[in-house]
Amino acid sequence: MGNLIVRRVTQMLLIMLTVSLLLFAIFDSDQFREKAAVAELGGFGVATLSADDYHEWLEKKGLNEPFLARYGRWLESVLHGDMGQSIEKDIAVSVLLKESLTNTGILAFFVFWIMIPVSLTLGVLAGMNTGSPLDRVISIVAVLTTSIPQIATAVLLTVILALGLGWVPTKSAMADGWSFRGLVLPLLTLLLYDIGYLVRMTRAAMTEVMASQYIRTAVLKGLPYRRVILRHALRNALIVPVTLIFLELNGLLSQVVVVEVFFQYAGFGRMLFDAANFGDLQVLQAATLVAVCVAVGSQLLSDAAYVFLNPRVRFT
Amino acid sequence: MNSRVVILLALIWFPLTAYVMFRSALGALANYLLLPAIPSVIVLYVLALRSWRESWVAIVGVSLVSFWLLMAVAAPYLPLVDPNKPLVPFLAPGGVRHGILFLLGSDMRGRDVLSRTVWGCQRVLVWGITATSVAYAVGAGCGLIAGYLGGWWDEFVSFASNVLLSFPVMVLFILVLNLLGQSGFNIIIAVTCSSAPVIMRIVRGLALDAKSRDYIQAAQTRGEHPLWIMLVELLPNVRGPIIVDASLRLGYTTVAITTLTFLGLGLQPPDPDWGLMIKEAATAALLWKYSYMMIVPALSVSSLILGFNLIADGLREMSLRD
Repeated sequence: MGNLIVRRVTQMLLIMLTVSLLLFAIFDSDQFREKAAVAELGGFGVATLSADDYHEWLEKKGLNEPFLARYGRWLESVLHGDMGQSIEKDIAVSVLLKESLTNTGILAFFVFWIMIPVSLTLGVLAGMNTGSPLDRVISIVAVLTTSIPQIATAVLLTVILALGLGWVPTKSAMADGWSFRGLVLPLLTLLLYDIGYLVRMTRAAMTEVMASQYIRTAVLKGLPYRRVILRHALRNALIVPVTLIFLELNGLLSQVVVVEVFFQYAGFGRMLFDAANFGDLQVLQAATLVAVCVAVGSQLLSDAAYVFLNPRVRFT
Repeated sequence: MNSRVVILLALIWFPLTAYVMFRSALGALANYLLLPAIPSVIVLYVLALRSWRESWVAIVGVSLVSFWLLMAVAAPYLPLVDPNKPLVPFLAPGGVRHGILFLLGSDMRGRDVLSRTVWGCQRVLVWGITATSVAYAVGAGCGLIAGYLGGWWDEFVSFASNVLLSFPVMVLFILVLNLLGQSGFNIIIAVTCSSAPVIMRIVRGLALDAKSRDYIQAAQTRGEHPLWIMLVELLPNVRGPIIVDASLRLGYTTVAITTLTFLGLGLQPPDPDWGLMIKEAATAALLWKYSYMMIVPALSVSSLILGFNLIADGLREMSLRD
């Protein structure tokens, strides 16, 4: 078990190293460097940048050194937590990052806090009795909520809850202080899709377990049905959903971009999007790096959970 | 998938793509290009109804997708006003002005919402399917090489796909479209970067499984070229799971394209697009009275994606039954 995790960690480190090299190469490309030069020199566009100014800027920034030397220096400063300055907002990137990650963290906390109990329960209830009316209803609703893209869910929820009923504000910018009412729409948008997805996966896992031999044996030897489900079926049925919950962290990082931009919530996704649009390269680079770290970390956690929960992997 | 279906798909697909991507270069020919595609869609739908009649899920799915496909190919011949022409702003659904009926109302610039929805479907479908196809060509190619040839090829391709998969999808899209610029063709590249690794994993698994089967070993003994074995022997025999995944992936790509246009990163205005319609309405007309401007494109994209997902569910269900 330990061996497997060590191997995964090594693999992840190798991937992170490659990704950082790739990212550095992307942000080191002439296209992005010119954008950065324009932003810093205060020009109006890449076209107005004269070749002399550009070369002088490169010289001043020490960007004329060989690629690998610059990569080494960059990696060192990143590892020390120094991510540079935001050109747009003129503060340290790490401060900006901390702020937006906290906001997204609040959103993510509520998503997981509601999603896990609700979807596991519904998925198990549906998978327990495949084909029952309850299963039909849950399955159809889950297919519907996973088929509606989040951009459409956001629209429909805004129209119904904010424009029609007026219960919640249309935007979650929270200009005058933090409020839970402002969080409702982004939260519901994220939840509808994620719950549907996890319910479908839990139902599939539960269905498979319920059809297996050992459950039939347990039922036939006369165990109470509650006990069969709670003690025998659940333990195996929940292995896959639990690993998927960790992977949802990765999915959430994609989803928050759309949801936060739509509802103007000041979180990580919106920061990333704004930085990309504004050409705030230091922020974009740092945000991408964080996103990849979280994604890779969540994969590692998911693998670890699988190894930990599944005895078939643990003992072989 | 018999040859009849492939011919019908080609009859729909090539004219539609040519029409959307190169309309100005085609000139007067463009007006007649889509005519043969209309009966093709109908025939294809009837064929699907007949062969999938045991699964009502697949029937509902194929009905939804066929409806939008029909709208896409028939758009130039339907009695619709120009989708980009400003007529009467903020007209509620069902209103009549200048002798024109605005069945779904008009948007803040006075353009007909119905017309924009129908024409928008064309763009979403063409770019969505093209991007998925390119992603499949790259992903399946890499998967076959990794699975069938194995060895260093496998190590290299698998590692590259792991690196790409460690980016959250949206982050990858934003990065690629910022680096390459915003256009339909770059969307294809972005979608390929995010989808091809997943497709590669699926095809690789299928190829690994099929490699040890008798028919592949027979082909190897006959001395066939590896390329022939991969493309003619192996790929057609593992097509079942691939078709299911392709249907799902079409849905994902449609979501991606709509979302990217909403974020202002994808296809460029003024031509209509569902994501663009949502974006414009959400910024300029965020009132209960004007909510139809957002609801129409939101429901359209949802129904199309529901169609793709139901086809995938139905196909999976039917393959499990056999």
